Amino acid sequence: MPDDTKPEGASAPEPTSEPAAKPGAEQPAPAEAQPAAEAAPAASAPEKPPAAPAAGGQPAPKPAPAAKPAAAAGAAKPAAAAAPKAPAAMAATPWESDLTRALKEEFGDQILDFSSYAGQNFLAAKPEAAVPILESLKEIHDFDYLVDVTAVHWPDKPEPFEIVYIVYSFARNERIRMKIRIPEGYKPRTAVPVHLTANWLEREVYDMFGVEFEGHPDMRRILLPEEWETFPLRKENSILKMDQHWVQENLGIESGQ
Amino acid sequence: MADTFLDSTELVLNMGPQHPSTHGVLRVILKLDGERVLGTECVIGYLHRGVEKIAENRTWQMFAPYVDRMDYVAAVSNGLGYCLAVEKLLGVEAPPRAQAVRVILTELNRIASHLLWLGTHALDIGAITPLFYCMREREYVLNIYEKYCGARLTTHAFRIGGLQYETYEGFEKECLEFCDLFEKKIDEYEELLTGNRIWQQRLTGVGILTAEDCKEYGVTGPMLRAAGVKWDIRKAQPYSGYEKYDFEIPVRENGDTYDRYIVRMQEMRQSVRIVRQAVADIPAGPILAKVGKVIKPPVGEAYVSIEAPKGELGYYVVSDGSTQPYRVRIRPPSFVNLQALDKMCRGALVADVVAIIGTTDIVLGEVDR
Repeated sequence: MPDDTKPEGASAPEPTSEPAAKPGAEQPAPAEAQPAAEAAPAASAPEKPPAAPAAGGQPAPKPAPAAKPAAAAGAAKPAAAAAPKAPAAMAATPWESDLTRALKEEFGDQILDFSSYAGQNFLAAKPEAAVPILESLKEIHDFDYLVDVTAVHWPDKPEPFEIVYIVYSFARNERIRMKIRIPEGYKPRTAVPVHLTANWLEREVYDMFGVEFEGHPDMRRILLPEEWETFPLRKENSILKMDQHWVQENLGIESGQ
Repeated sequence: MADTFLDSTELVLNMGPQHPSTHGVLRVILKLDGERVLGTECVIGYLHRGVEKIAENRTWQMFAPYVDRMDYVAAVSNGLGYCLAVEKLLGVEAPPRAQAVRVILTELNRIASHLLWLGTHALDIGAITPLFYCMREREYVLNIYEKYCGARLTTHAFRIGGLQYETYEGFEKECLEFCDLFEKKIDEYEELLTGNRIWQQRLTGVGILTAEDCKEYGVTGPMLRAAGVKWDIRKAQPYSGYEKYDFEIPVRENGDTYDRYIVRMQEMRQSVRIVRQAVADIPAGPILAKVGKVIKPPVGEAYVSIEAPKGELGYYVVSDGSTQPYRVRIRPPSFVNLQALDKMCRGALVADVVAIIGTTDIVLGEVDR
């Protein structure tokens, strides 16, 4: 699924954070680290390089030094693109069991695929099938405990949000994941009627990613204040950007970050 | 009915965030009819630090100390979960010696966490003495941590792939001394509380969560076991070598506050049991697996959970093959357990709310992250 080593650098929100962080991550990474290390602004010079550049990610918004990091990113990119030999996609293997056969029979092409990685099984489904599958998993297959609902943001993909449901079955002692991919603005149905615990978990997904759940009884922010403007876990919202915005908005001064 | 001064109907009462019995900065809005609670709403997030966002801006190793700051009274457990998750991504396993030391420290941490819970819970109910006793014994555990890694609370005791530090001279002896001493102390606490009529009357039948409710709300840990579900990740899906140790999962049936108290007390005894076994048999050998200085897990993802003192603590980690996590999702037990607070409080008295918050055993650092 993450087949984006180069798009990462190309249009990702924090293009410079990546290479900037690399020198901090120590010497080894040979080819691609070099240009970044040289081009990295003076900031990373002193004794503790890891903390400084990685902290804020040194992204675009700072006006003055912006030109330089951009150049650095440009220099680093080709090298980074050339260097990696590992495949960019997760080396998942197919997953087949009685459960997958039963689910396939019930949902047909609503389920896109069954895979397994690092000994953990997961399935990918079409977004509209998520709640029916959860329901079937609960009622028929004993997956009666919704462990977690969360999301991952892949800004370069046409369907940037991946919602991940983790369910567990006490009876079978088995834990599986279900993933759906949704485009910006799509509102997946809420899982609250199936699992009450989805209430807060979905609220947190909304809070952090801005994905609203259709039919949720209480679709509000949960951890951040109501008037917060950004969805922090989206990749385009860097810590630095949010910090500067907040400080300027609330304190009326330049953020020292 | 005439509108007189005394005919007040419903009252909305704000409890917290600065309230000693909310165990941190939890704000609960209570809707009351007289002394009865009609409903509650939790307002959380006062301690939100954006830990998951920070993770994406750090390398895999650099993020490890941050997890200690979530459940800061059980920092060692937090660290263990994170290390196990990254190790899963890397496909490495800590060496046997590291695993044994991890078990010892984590179980001591469970004791420390439960002691803090017991002391403050009893204090909320009105029993002041247990707090001093609990803090006194917790000190032994913290001293062991301090000697081991230099820190008492936010220990950062483990490293991805094993341990950073070898155990110190006399580590085993001190652990065993603590076990000997502590078993008697648990009897002492129980003497004070278990049979105490006031304690029983304040706790029995309060804040009931049935096994069904627990599953519905995703409640785990001692709260689930007090409702009669014999489930503990250390047994169900053992990690870090827990399958080698002989211990019981304490279970009760009623799922009320008193049963949760009993379960946690027995869990401390079981932890002592595990520590004894682990200390008696720490294998020799290396303490750190070969992970290299730069940790670059292959592209992939994993969900690893452990039985933290408060319930299932899970880490869903996604790697894009770089030195930094692409995404770290933390599934905190306190956050999920707290959601059942409303269910437990409905119909209870205001004074019970304090008992129920205590028995939920939340740490706001973990709820808000």
